[in-house]
Amino acid sequence: MADRPEPAAWSDRIMEPLAAPLVAVAATLVLFGAFMALAGHNPLEVYRLMGVGAFGSWFSCQNTLQRAAPLLLTALCTALPARMGLVIIGGEGAFVIGGLAAMAAGLPLVDAGLPPLVIQAVMALAGMAAGGALIATAGALRHWRGVNETISSLLLSSIAIAVMNQLVEGVMRDPTSLNKPSTRALPDPDMLGTMPGMDVHVGLAAGLVVCVATWLLMTRTTFGFAVRLVGGNLRAARLVGLPVGPMIVIVTALAGACAGLAGMVEVAAVQARANANIVAGYGVSGILVAFLARQNPLAVIPVAVILGGIGASGGLLQRRLDLPDAVVLVLQGILFVALLAGEGLPRWSEFRARIVR
Amino acid sequence: MTFVPSFSRRAVLAGLSAGVAAAALPLARGRAAGGLTVGFIYVGARDDYGYNQAHAAGAAAVKALGIKVVEEERVPETIDVEKTMESMINLDGAALLFPTSFGYFDPHILKLAKKYQDVTFLHCGGLWHDGLPANTHSYFGYIDEAEYLAGIVAAHVTKTRKFGFVAAKPIPQVLRNINAFTLGARSIDPTITTQVIFTGDWSMPVKEAEATNSLADQGVDVVTCHVDSPKVVIETAEKRGLFTTGYHANQAVLAPKGYLTGAEWNWESLYPTLIGMFQAGKPIPGLVRGGLKAGFVKLSPYGAVVPDAARAAAEAIKAKFMGDGFAIFAGEIKDNKGAVVIPAGTVRGQTDIELEKMSYLVEGVIGAAA
Repeated sequence: MADRPEPAAWSDRIMEPLAAPLVAVAATLVLFGAFMALAGHNPLEVYRLMGVGAFGSWFSCQNTLQRAAPLLLTALCTALPARMGLVIIGGEGAFVIGGLAAMAAGLPLVDAGLPPLVIQAVMALAGMAAGGALIATAGALRHWRGVNETISSLLLSSIAIAVMNQLVEGVMRDPTSLNKPSTRALPDPDMLGTMPGMDVHVGLAAGLVVCVATWLLMTRTTFGFAVRLVGGNLRAARLVGLPVGPMIVIVTALAGACAGLAGMVEVAAVQARANANIVAGYGVSGILVAFLARQNPLAVIPVAVILGGIGASGGLLQRRLDLPDAVVLVLQGILFVALLAGEGLPRWSEFRARIVR
Repeated sequence: MTFVPSFSRRAVLAGLSAGVAAAALPLARGRAAGGLTVGFIYVGARDDYGYNQAHAAGAAAVKALGIKVVEEERVPETIDVEKTMESMINLDGAALLFPTSFGYFDPHILKLAKKYQDVTFLHCGGLWHDGLPANTHSYFGYIDEAEYLAGIVAAHVTKTRKFGFVAAKPIPQVLRNINAFTLGARSIDPTITTQVIFTGDWSMPVKEAEATNSLADQGVDVVTCHVDSPKVVIETAEKRGLFTTGYHANQAVLAPKGYLTGAEWNWESLYPTLIGMFQAGKPIPGLVRGGLKAGFVKLSPYGAVVPDAARAAAEAIKAKFMGDGFAIFAGEIKDNKGAVVIPAGTVRGQTDIELEKMSYLVEGVIGAAA
């Protein structure tokens, strides 16, 4: 913003980032409302129900936040590398391998009788290391072998899921898990708890902290500036002597670690075991969140909450209005297209200038 | 720049007028008499021609009794299902829940059952055991009985004597179906073989189509499956001119030419029964099991191509299932590596717990269980 000829008015500074999304949301409400009306439902009733389902009560709010929690971390798996111009879509694999590694590291410590905090810390580190290694591989392949990181991260993700299935059905299988091959369970005392006063697991806090921390890293540090320089002009970055290769590895590892941490939270707070349940699509939804947040770690937070709210309210639409689950997908689709189209709108300052003149 | 405001205004007007028109339509469904609200949760789409559709048919039967039913589909086996169950309890006032997917039980239902002790959870999968909360119950059907009958029917129409079975994972419930289907067929013609292909997961439409096509290329002329939605397998087989037997629900409309019969759940019989017990205050056992006789499973109506001899042979065995009982797994039974798994003289009846740990494929099945 520093290249503007004169400082912007305060109203412009607030409206600039908000105007286009607000127009997009308004357009979505109208379009989806029309769609609902065509399907024979009162749009106002639909929106009232969505409000109730997503934010209408303390229970609904917690439902929304709970659904947003894993997306906070998996979105960063795409958002952070995007800052250096890399399109990483392997968050699902990093999530899954993170959950698996967390169980693999945690169960022996449980057997050794270590205190829960130690077990949880080691599990988190193991999950982050495994997720980080997976995505860093895609980064390294990109830098040193010229392999397209989008394709390689997607393929690595498939491999990670296959490895999880193989181990869970093989050496890591709990012999009593007959019809649902799973690892042994993490005992209750070693599970991650809920946040104080809420029925939402601590993954929410972890996600919020990591989002803010990575935003600070990317916007307020020389490292973050260097990362954006690499993303903006690779040749210029090389010319000024930035260690581009190691930087790519560090950022992709960081990205994978975020998704790996989300995987650890999934097994340690929700599932208690690693099994096919952890391939739940959080990594894939994270890609969507990252793009909607325009790869800004701080913007990931509201976008994830909106997606969580849509998910939370979708159930109520199904139950009260007998609508199919696909309705939620239609709403998400309209919202995303509108948001992307909104980027083509004139800037708020230009728009205001035209009205005033 | 007038595009944005005018666009919005026009769209708003259009939306509003449509909304006013819709407001005249009937909206909220009235609360049913009796006050009981029952929640049904499905892991996939409720019109999947398979596992979830069978449960939705059960829910429809409950609805037909005048009981208020709330349904939610495509709910993953994550914290999402916990929130859906809580939502049904807190926002819809549900007192009885049918979370129907196998993977919902542990840890999700068990966690919620402790938190909401006045809510009853009826789960499909047969996972309950002593020591689990008294407000949780798990039911399952001996659907291998219907698979055995389907094998008998298929044995009468096959020319190549090669069957194909597209299966998700080599777990006991799946292996038991493959084995029962094969044993039924080989009770008619011991030279019949079943080629099994595991796709690795419950919903892999592309792999399921590939598997069906490769079975057709190998000369298989009867195909069946055990995946969440048999739709792809049955449709692909019909296109290739193969005979099919269905699973979970009735897929006859997908294969009018080749559909012989199928092993179906009969939840529209069981669910009203369970709800009747619940309303009358009768105790529901923790583990509820049954087969053809108890009305947990049924056979699809025979297709037009099924000859009379096949119908008669299948009906004869079905009469035994409906009567004193019939043991599918009666020794001597060998696995497909030649080892004896059930010795001569040993009869494993349907309720035998050993059968729940099945880890082998019987003689005549081509494929590996692990």
